[in-house]
Amino acid sequence: MAPLILNSVTKRFGSGAAAVRDLSLTVREGRFLALLGPSGCGKTTVLRMVAGFEQPSDGAILLGERPLADGATMVPPERRNMAMVFQSYALWPHMTVAENVGYPLKVRKVAKEKARQKVREALSAVRLETYADRRPAELSGGQRQRVALARCLVTEPDVVLLDEPLANLDRHLRQEMEETFRDFHSRSGATMIYVTHDQSEAMALATDVAVMSEGRLLQMASPEEIYARPEGLVVGGLVGQGAILSLCLPPPSDRLLDWPRLRQALLEPMEGRESSHVLVRPQDVILDSSGLPACVISSFFEGERYALRLELQDGQSLRSFSRQAVRPGDMVHVVLTSGWRL
Amino acid sequence: MRSSVRSGNSQPRWLFPFVVIVVLVLSVLPLARLAWTGIVSALRGDAGQLLADPALWSATLNTLATSFLGMIAAVILGGSFAVLLTLFDVRGRSALGFLFMLPMMIPPQVTALSWIGLTGPSSTLLKALGMAPPLGSPQPLYSIGGIALLFGVQHAPLVYLAMRAGLLALPKEGVEAARLSGASTVRVLLDIVLPLAMPGLVAGAAIAFVSGVGNFGIPAILGIPASIYTLPTLIYSKFASFGPTTFADISIISVLITLLAVAGLSVEARVLRGRDYRTIGLPGQAAVFRLGAVRLPAEMLLWLVTFIILVLPFLALLAGSLAPAYGVPLNLETATLHAYEEVILRQSVTRSAFTNSVSLALASAFGLLVISVLLGYYIVQTKSRTAATISALAEVPYALPGIVLAVAFILLLAAPLPILGFSVYGTIWIILIAYLSSFLAVSLKPVISAYRQFDPSLEEAARLSGAGFYRRMRDVLVPLIAPAAGSSIILVFLIACNELTVSALLWSAGTQTLGVAIYNLDDSGSFNLAAALSVLVVVMVVVLMLILELMARRLPAGALPWRR
Repeated sequence: MAPLILNSVTKRFGSGAAAVRDLSLTVREGRFLALLGPSGCGKTTVLRMVAGFEQPSDGAILLGERPLADGATMVPPERRNMAMVFQSYALWPHMTVAENVGYPLKVRKVAKEKARQKVREALSAVRLETYADRRPAELSGGQRQRVALARCLVTEPDVVLLDEPLANLDRHLRQEMEETFRDFHSRSGATMIYVTHDQSEAMALATDVAVMSEGRLLQMASPEEIYARPEGLVVGGLVGQGAILSLCLPPPSDRLLDWPRLRQALLEPMEGRESSHVLVRPQDVILDSSGLPACVISSFFEGERYALRLELQDGQSLRSFSRQAVRPGDMVHVVLTSGWRL
Repeated sequence: MRSSVRSGNSQPRWLFPFVVIVVLVLSVLPLARLAWTGIVSALRGDAGQLLADPALWSATLNTLATSFLGMIAAVILGGSFAVLLTLFDVRGRSALGFLFMLPMMIPPQVTALSWIGLTGPSSTLLKALGMAPPLGSPQPLYSIGGIALLFGVQHAPLVYLAMRAGLLALPKEGVEAARLSGASTVRVLLDIVLPLAMPGLVAGAAIAFVSGVGNFGIPAILGIPASIYTLPTLIYSKFASFGPTTFADISIISVLITLLAVAGLSVEARVLRGRDYRTIGLPGQAAVFRLGAVRLPAEMLLWLVTFIILVLPFLALLAGSLAPAYGVPLNLETATLHAYEEVILRQSVTRSAFTNSVSLALASAFGLLVISVLLGYYIVQTKSRTAATISALAEVPYALPGIVLAVAFILLLAAPLPILGFSVYGTIWIILIAYLSSFLAVSLKPVISAYRQFDPSLEEAARLSGAGFYRRMRDVLVPLIAPAAGSSIILVFLIACNELTVSALLWSAGTQTLGVAIYNLDDSGSFNLAAALSVLVVVMVVVLMLILELMARRLPAGALPWRR
């Protein structure tokens, strides 16, 4: 196994705007990359280029030293030794569960007894041993998903691709499947690429998160890094909860801002200066009588706490949490313990 | 590296050349050859003699008259069945619908024969009932009106289908909204349903007209004995009396038929222009109106009409086939299976016709299946203008009148083939090629709808599993489209087995088909043998249609021509 390298990959469909523009990234062996972005940002196109269903218009895709595709030639998907979990599961309705899972082995002409053994192992890894002789139509959504995953397990692929695999499942099943994916990743050690528009899914599963927007890669880092130090307005708005303030800051300034600085910027707007975007996470907004006054716009009970939307006196909004009940229209005082300049 | 291919698509390299060759041989070449001969002979002035021939113009007039009157009959019959069976709470709708569709799949020459058996002085059925007109009185169907009436019966299902599609598109909500707006049933019908049904009615009428222009079986059996020629039968008679100008003549008449058909379709396009009545919103359950007190009379009327246009002619055919020697009245004692014995066991002509038709139909059905599976895969997978053009070209031969297609293949294949040095003309192969061309669209349609229906990721998953093109075809694609492929085989078999128009021009000694055999038997006066053969054909049609009907639940929408 080897790193998967995308080198200035561009994809244009027809004559319209490029779906993916000049995208470069490297996924090291055994990592779990989440491609995160709003729908239409090009993340699925990237996945399909890695799989070999689309050919890049420009740039190159390599697996270690081995070129997979560039603008002129490409290795067809059937020779890439990759596996994919499709959003629609893509189980063949005319085959049983065991036949579905064993198909990649059958194509690779693995000896019957050995293939049967591997299918059994893969099905037990997703806890579906007893369903081997069922047809996909008899299974529930989560079970189908697990069959699709087992089909990825059998061949020890170099790269496993997952295209929004949880999009069609209900909330409860999602958590269970996230567990299964994490387990699958640590067990197989395969390089995995996971496409999603759900940031909490991306954060929970991945070792690396790549945020895309309008065909471009905006930032790629570990979940912790991307949460703490997002680059730019789009990433800041997409990853984690938070409010983005528009503040005038004196140059030069650190990107991590503390309460005195934030208070100064909020209290003494400097005329004529260009304003910067500052991301403030809700857990950094603390209700404290020494802080600045703010009006409660809305308050929702979430179980363990109340989620508040506040409005500062200059009209900018903030998000916050509160242990005590607060009613819309109440006046509170807040301290912003930390902010991040985007 | 060696394993690289040039583009990201999943098609093997040979698929595109294969597709081009198929469309070239089955559609482009014959039609181009026909147009070329037509134009050249028109320019050379060969046309002068033909155009001066009053027979041509009377045939044109007859064609227009029979097709137009036939269209009106088809619209009245098909339209009222479509409205009553789709919109009203008539009982036994599916049975009535199936029976009403039967004339569409029954070969026209059989329809014509059965109606002859029903009317006129020599009708066995009327004689058995003692109702026959006196000997010497004319057969009323040997007339423009008779031909038009049978066109109407034969093509009413086409109007029915086209109109029903429009009526079904009208969701229940639309009618309920009109009701809530305060409209009465009659108002809803006039203001909402009728305008929405118009496009279907016009389209159905146009198809009925065009089918009439190209119909050969009915005017051949009803018109030729009375010297009433339409353009298709004129081609046939010109061809029968072969002369030096025959090729030029028939190519010009063929072009004329094509022009009439195109004219019919362009009238349709003009009427429909600016009417986009695609339903907005979700198609729900179709609206159903209550007939109330008139339900029973309406149902009786529907069954009566079905009885008259379907059951009675069939009984007449049956009576004709059971008739004993000429002049002996038919009753339970005199009825005999002699005619069946004759056609099945004795007559070598009918036996070889059976063999020919069945082998042609099997070869067409299975050959076209292979072509359709590959061509359909290409058309569905490729999203380019080329693919759209190829798809359209594959449809053209089916849309053309069969007689025109037969002429095109005669012109194309009469001379020895280049390089190979022999001619397929006069052999069974020319009929097979013409069948492949003519029924390509019939076979392609269910296959394409099946391809469109399944999720492309099913094939992508197989690719990632490592399966190459043949492997995917065998393990994933073909099993998934199997029901549609099955219906495509039965449909082509059904149509090819009963075909007359194409083979009427292309047969020669030893290669006659069932359609030709029936026609020739009737032509030579052996009505009872022709009737016996026809009864067997009708039984086969009904059995095959019932099989398809039983398969219908597993087929993609639009796979069966009589179910849309």
